Amino acid sequence: MNKFDHKHLLSMDPLSVEDITLILDTAESFKAISTREIKKVPTLRGKSVINFFYEPSTRTQTSFDVAAKRLSADTFSLSASTSSMVKGETLIDTARNLQAMKPDVIVLRHSSSGAPHMLAREVDASVINAGDGINEHPTQALLDLFTIREKKGRIEGLNIAILGDIAHSRVARSDIKGLLKMGADVTVSGPPTMMPVEMASMGVHVVHNTAEAIRDKDVVMLLRIQLEREGPVWAGFPSVREYATFFGLNRTLMEQAKKDVVLMHPGPMNRGVEITSEVADSPCSVILDQVTNGVAVRMAILYLLIGGAKSDKVD
Amino acid sequence: MTKWIKDGDIVDPVNGTVERGDLLVEKGKIAAIKPEGTLNDPGPDVTVIDAAGKLVIPGLVDMHVHLREPGHEYKETVITGARAAAAGGFTAVACMPNTDPPNDCRSVTEFILEQARKGGTARVFPVAAITRGQRGESLTDFGDLRAAGAVGVSDDGLPVVNGQVMRRALEYAHYHGLMVISHSEDLLLTGDGVMHEGEISTRIGLSGIPAASEDIIVYRDISLARLTRCPVHIAHVSTANSVELIRRAKEEGLPVTAETAPHYFSLDHRAVVGYDTRTKVKPPLRTPADVDAVKQGLKEGVIDAIATDHAPHSTLEKDVEFDRAAFGMIGLETALPLTLRLVDEGILTLVEAIGKLSTHGAEILNIPGGRLMAGGPADLAIVDPACEYVYEEADIVSKSKNSPFLGTPMKGRTQLTMVGGEIVWEQA
Repeated sequence: MNKFDHKHLLSMDPLSVEDITLILDTAESFKAISTREIKKVPTLRGKSVINFFYEPSTRTQTSFDVAAKRLSADTFSLSASTSSMVKGETLIDTARNLQAMKPDVIVLRHSSSGAPHMLAREVDASVINAGDGINEHPTQALLDLFTIREKKGRIEGLNIAILGDIAHSRVARSDIKGLLKMGADVTVSGPPTMMPVEMASMGVHVVHNTAEAIRDKDVVMLLRIQLEREGPVWAGFPSVREYATFFGLNRTLMEQAKKDVVLMHPGPMNRGVEITSEVADSPCSVILDQVTNGVAVRMAILYLLIGGAKSDKVD
Repeated sequence: MTKWIKDGDIVDPVNGTVERGDLLVEKGKIAAIKPEGTLNDPGPDVTVIDAAGKLVIPGLVDMHVHLREPGHEYKETVITGARAAAAGGFTAVACMPNTDPPNDCRSVTEFILEQARKGGTARVFPVAAITRGQRGESLTDFGDLRAAGAVGVSDDGLPVVNGQVMRRALEYAHYHGLMVISHSEDLLLTGDGVMHEGEISTRIGLSGIPAASEDIIVYRDISLARLTRCPVHIAHVSTANSVELIRRAKEEGLPVTAETAPHYFSLDHRAVVGYDTRTKVKPPLRTPADVDAVKQGLKEGVIDAIATDHAPHSTLEKDVEFDRAAFGMIGLETALPLTLRLVDEGILTLVEAIGKLSTHGAEILNIPGGRLMAGGPADLAIVDPACEYVYEEADIVSKSKNSPFLGTPMKGRTQLTMVGGEIVWEQA
């Protein structure tokens, strides 16, 4: 029995501090499995997990797949191009068809904000949001929290900066919600064109200057700049060169942060744009630890959602 | 057959009175309106309609609906839309031209009127397109359209992007006695926005439509009214700034009128949390401060009329991801109870509320109806103001069910609707 009383993981909003701590503690116990010679436990034997990735993803999809398999669950993958959605099937119809195959979990990545919420209303399976539009990416936030706690020993009281395209980042939204719940002090920074309106209402400090943003920070989290957006006025930056010059992170700027600063990036990284290679490969970077921890955190989430005895979960 | 509507509280927005009395209907017209106890017994050969404890109101006039025909009959038709109107107490509706094909020529206008005649419920007044194909380029034949029965012009659903085209539309429409109805939206500023841009859109990760997207075109069209001295009517006002701009235009004496829709004074952007596509509408649900400004605008008379912007969509357009869903919500059957809330809140008097739902819209479009007077057409409704109910999908008469008010407690319900002396709707 676990004390995790949620059917789905759609957003960081409904999670309490206790829920998050339970996920991180559970992930810690699972992390060791990935270092064993036999990287598999029978915990979720007989359970099935559908990875439904409507948008392309390498890291997240693989991470979920590995996590489920290490717990002995059966996994099935579906992408937009292999699903009937290319034939014009609606998300609701696809959802009902998937449900008819009686999965225990559906992991959904989708380009529309709120799509997992819609799916969750249609199916009996637990739904995990693996990134929806520009809204949230809660498992990324949880692995970020795990990594911070692992490196710093705590989250509460840390000063953390998040840099980049805040407006279009689902990672930023989930990270902000999680970090604030856990008692961190959060500053967001990016060009004004990449900052949503009334950002401060979320409880963060808003600045635009990178040096100012990272001054005396314990953790600096970068977001990926969507290069494919370069050019059009709604993209928020005139050119990659301009962005790299005025908002990219380099070694000189990093000196503003605390000596023991930890640098994070959810990937995929654009070297030479939001980050120089020198910084990306420096000892303060924990980018690959994030990937490793991602598997453990997703194992914990799968376990807490569908492992053990089921109580009457409402969410 | 004479009908005797007995002992009702007769609401007269023209004279600003609510008085108990009797109303006689003969040959499709109101034969007499008499204060309580003054009507001579009309004899046994009459149908008595007991209206004791009920309101007798002018048939409501909705100057802004979408009936979807021709082209999108699976969402609504002229006939089903007119029936939904009657169920909501409306006896006249003005339907917007964004059909397929759009109502940009005489044959489409005539087709709509022909369908309306078959329906035989609420009267239907077509609003024709300002530009051919609603492409925003060249003007339609306003004179010919007016002769065919169009009562106004609008490219509703889309703005007239080109200021020069809008200027010429105001000038030319005024010559033909047609009101120009402005869908005020800067499409480029709207971009890929799907809800109001503000605290909520930031928190729930949906692209925003800024209030400025509306304000800018309201300002432009008021400026064009000043330039041309020709009337313009601003549709579906939703922002505090638009209300302020219209207030100043009226103080200046410009020929500017405005409408808002019930959802802009009943809901705000917090309703979108949860991604319910029934809350997706254009202009979007705004902030509580905007809602207050719209209410204040109604109270002060800055906003002349309440129109529903009844926009039927089927599950095909609504049971999809939020950013892919169509904008719009139905409104004909909830407008009256939602507006009566403003009376309970002390924002409007009963007479003002009914006036905004009937008389003012009819005056702006210069169409008949919207008043109760002896010798006038017997277009009226009987309303039980105390009737409390929860609005459910089974109640909906419209072909589409896309209302954000499903499950909401309502107070005030249309009991009977009469058009030209014929009962076209009775609440079971």
